[in-house]
Amino acid sequence: MTPLLKVTGLTRMYGSRLGCRDVTFDLWPGEVMGIVGESGSGKTTLLNCLSARLEPTAGRVEYDTREAGMQDIYAMGEARRRMLTRTDWGIVHQNPRDGLRLAVSAGANVGERLMAVGARHYGAIRSQALQWLDMVEIDADRIDDLPLTFSGGMLQRLQIARNLVTHPRLVFMDEPTGGLDVSVQARLLDLLRRLVTDLGLAAIVVTHDLAVARLLAHRLMVMRRGEVVETGLTDQVLDDPHHPYTQLLVSSVLTP
Amino acid sequence: MTAATGYNFAYLDDQTKRMIRRAILKAVAVPGYQVPFGSREMPLPYGWGTGGIQVTASVIGPDDRLKVIDQGADDTTNAVSIRRFFARTAGVATTDRTEEATIIQTRHRIPETPLAEGQILVYQVPIPEPLRWLEPRETETRRMHALADYGAMHVKLYEDVARFGRIATTYDYPVMVNGRYLMRPSPIPKFDNPKMHMNPALQLFGAGREKRIYAVPPFTEVRSLDFEDHPFAVQSWDQSCALCGSTESFLDEVVTDDKGGRMYVCSDTDYCGRRRDRKEAAE
Amino acid sequence: MYVAVKGGERAIDAAHRLMAEERRGDPATPELSLGQIAGQLGLAVDRVMTEGSVYDTELAALAVKQAQGDLVEAIFLLRAYRTTLPRFGASEPVDTAAMAIRRRISAAYKDLPGGQVLGPTYDYTHRLLDFALAADGDVPWAEASDTAVADVMPRVADVLDREGLIEANPTGGGPPGDLTREPLTLPAGRDLRLQNLARADEGFVLALGYSSQRGYGNTHPFAGEIRMGEVTVELVPEELGFPVAIGTVTVTECQMINQFKGSKDIPPQFTRGYGLTFGKSERKAMAMALVDRSLRARELGEDAANPAQDEEFVLMHSDNVEASGFVQHLKLPHYVDFQSELEMIRRLRAAGQQLEPAPAGDWPVEGPRAGASVSQAGGCPRPAPEGQRQ
Repeated sequence: MTPLLKVTGLTRMYGSRLGCRDVTFDLWPGEVMGIVGESGSGKTTLLNCLSARLEPTAGRVEYDTREAGMQDIYAMGEARRRMLTRTDWGIVHQNPRDGLRLAVSAGANVGERLMAVGARHYGAIRSQALQWLDMVEIDADRIDDLPLTFSGGMLQRLQIARNLVTHPRLVFMDEPTGGLDVSVQARLLDLLRRLVTDLGLAAIVVTHDLAVARLLAHRLMVMRRGEVVETGLTDQVLDDPHHPYTQLLVSSVLTP
Repeated sequence: MTAATGYNFAYLDDQTKRMIRRAILKAVAVPGYQVPFGSREMPLPYGWGTGGIQVTASVIGPDDRLKVIDQGADDTTNAVSIRRFFARTAGVATTDRTEEATIIQTRHRIPETPLAEGQILVYQVPIPEPLRWLEPRETETRRMHALADYGAMHVKLYEDVARFGRIATTYDYPVMVNGRYLMRPSPIPKFDNPKMHMNPALQLFGAGREKRIYAVPPFTEVRSLDFEDHPFAVQSWDQSCALCGSTESFLDEVVTDDKGGRMYVCSDTDYCGRRRDRKEAAE
Repeated sequence: MYVAVKGGERAIDAAHRLMAEERRGDPATPELSLGQIAGQLGLAVDRVMTEGSVYDTELAALAVKQAQGDLVEAIFLLRAYRTTLPRFGASEPVDTAAMAIRRRISAAYKDLPGGQVLGPTYDYTHRLLDFALAADGDVPWAEASDTAVADVMPRVADVLDREGLIEANPTGGGPPGDLTREPLTLPAGRDLRLQNLARADEGFVLALGYSSQRGYGNTHPFAGEIRMGEVTVELVPEELGFPVAIGTVTVTECQMINQFKGSKDIPPQFTRGYGLTFGKSERKAMAMALVDRSLRARELGEDAANPAQDEEFVLMHSDNVEASGFVQHLKLPHYVDFQSELEMIRRLRAAGQQLEPAPAGDWPVEGPRAGASVSQAGGCPRPAPEGQRQ
């Protein structure tokens, strides 16, 4: 079996300032990797490098493409990279407004990716949109409403539907529950966990919330000052942290 | 030097014409692609046909016969003004007859009379970028064209169908040219879109203010965007032309009184006049 | 029987004759001479020369006269004339340090070599209508000062430069571009930005500069120096190979000095914003300097989120000849497009009246939903199309 994503020696500098340094790992199909750490630890820089949105200073990100096997995502042409990010990948932004078109209806938001890859049957696009709205628990009668009228939790679920409609194999999530009320967070986490399991999605989830990491991730990477200080199975890392920083992180968050 | 002494033939200097011809050649070679060109400041205002005028000035010769229409009519004020401009600066013959013209400059219509090989149709274009409504930035739209990244264009059509049950765009209806470039046909009614497809004439588009030229070479595929289950369709009228009786042309609505009285007449005045002449001759 | 409207040609001729008559006004009033316009409406002529990109007071005065004092129309006339002129060559850069100064002020230094020279200005006048002017009153001549204006007047920016406190003047590689010959490509270099701003509508540049002062992208400016006077224009004829003076032009130059906290590569220092106009166009020169500096935000690693810092927004909308033409083209006939919209709206309304409970189908039936707006042309989801309608 080959990994879905292979990351080797990934480094990103901002001038002389470090974003993240020498990150190496493999992600397997269906696996959910959590990236945890404080704000400023380099999590988001790493996520942006992994998801083809920020070119690394050094190192490689390779992806097992459907048509040509392992490919360096920064070596492929821009057209192919765009296609990849719109079909086989999903990107869930912390702020759903960054990932949605707010001035077009919910149905168009979900249908856009289908149209981008050539779907030209309105009825088929619409019925798929309805199906996905149902999957993320949005009422069918909201399909023609503008996202502006949606609550925060609904917006986030709409963003997820918009990403999953092309059946991606890998989804990047940046603090997917950030900015939501606790009760709304719980419902969203449930939904995410169910979708990831049912669809066999691989995912990379950046979060500062260890409770989110515990619920969603199979494996964790702990980052500090741009470097990975500890990796391992989620339970292992959270229940038996080895690195002093992880110990601090775990105790400060989990201690009531 | 011609009628208006002191100016070059067709106003523009030869160097400028060569520059514009190079842009036209490139446009013809890459159908639908917007070629930037060094648009000059013309003695007519931007938005009033400066792009079309520069294109016409660059391709016109002393033996050409020019027709200028605006809204399909030869005698609308702006058409008159542009025709005079060329009559004055190039001294060329002008005509109202579509089939007699070698060059037809137009704003907002394609003539009803089918064009033939060897003719050139020059469109005046206000905004050449079909993606502008989606993305106001030139730097980004050029990238979208380069990557043929046109999916979002269908979002607009989707919204129309979701809201209105049909595609509600009625003019300046976007087309795919030669299966590669998305193109704005300029604000012609969608009624005219099918005429662009496999047309034997050379179609040139000039946008002066936006400094772009693009082209559809003869016999090139031009497809209007649509959905399989909501296919592209043109306007139709319940009425026929009150003057010539045509049921196949684009009709203008004319308000005849303030009590709701109205009539419909052909927007293409040459087409309408010729039909009436033939009818009279037959009687 | 309806007859289509004819006679556009005659109508146009008549309209133009009427216009000419209006322009002349009451024949009992003496006609304006170009000398009167150039001499007594000099600031109008200066603006027309600046935005028209031609230094010729007589032509600019003619344009002002022909346009009945509508300066945007006058700029258009001068520009259209300019396109037809052959190019003999490009001058050497004018040396504003060697300017024959008529006005020179610095808001940064109280005193400096050469001193402050107030010169002709409306600053510090009380804006009271002067009824003496209405009565054709004679104006007393200004008395000549006993002290002559200093020969040497170093530019304030050069003074700072000697200390290394201001950035080196960024010099672009190669000869400057010319956006009246080549289409503007983005991102544009500073040469094209400055050319664009020099030709830009004064009101537009003023408003943008103003916005940058009010918090939409502050550049912390000081009016380092404003100087106005005559500079020599030199040309190097190919056959001679050395510069020859071909005349003098009056220009106003403004160098703004802006705070800059430095970055990882650059120590803290002042940065430059530059404005230059023909004649006495001080307001324009100052606003131009503000906007020039604002447009350098990205190059200096500053956040560029405000209108005055947005190169594409500023450069694409600054030209009043382009803007005026496009705004006013809306009065050209749009019968065909309007007819198309009319037909669509009628159809949609008819469909709306027939809208009954949804017939069976694979997906909910479409039709105008309550609250759906039909007002946008083409039903575009973004509020752009009104301006794009042709």
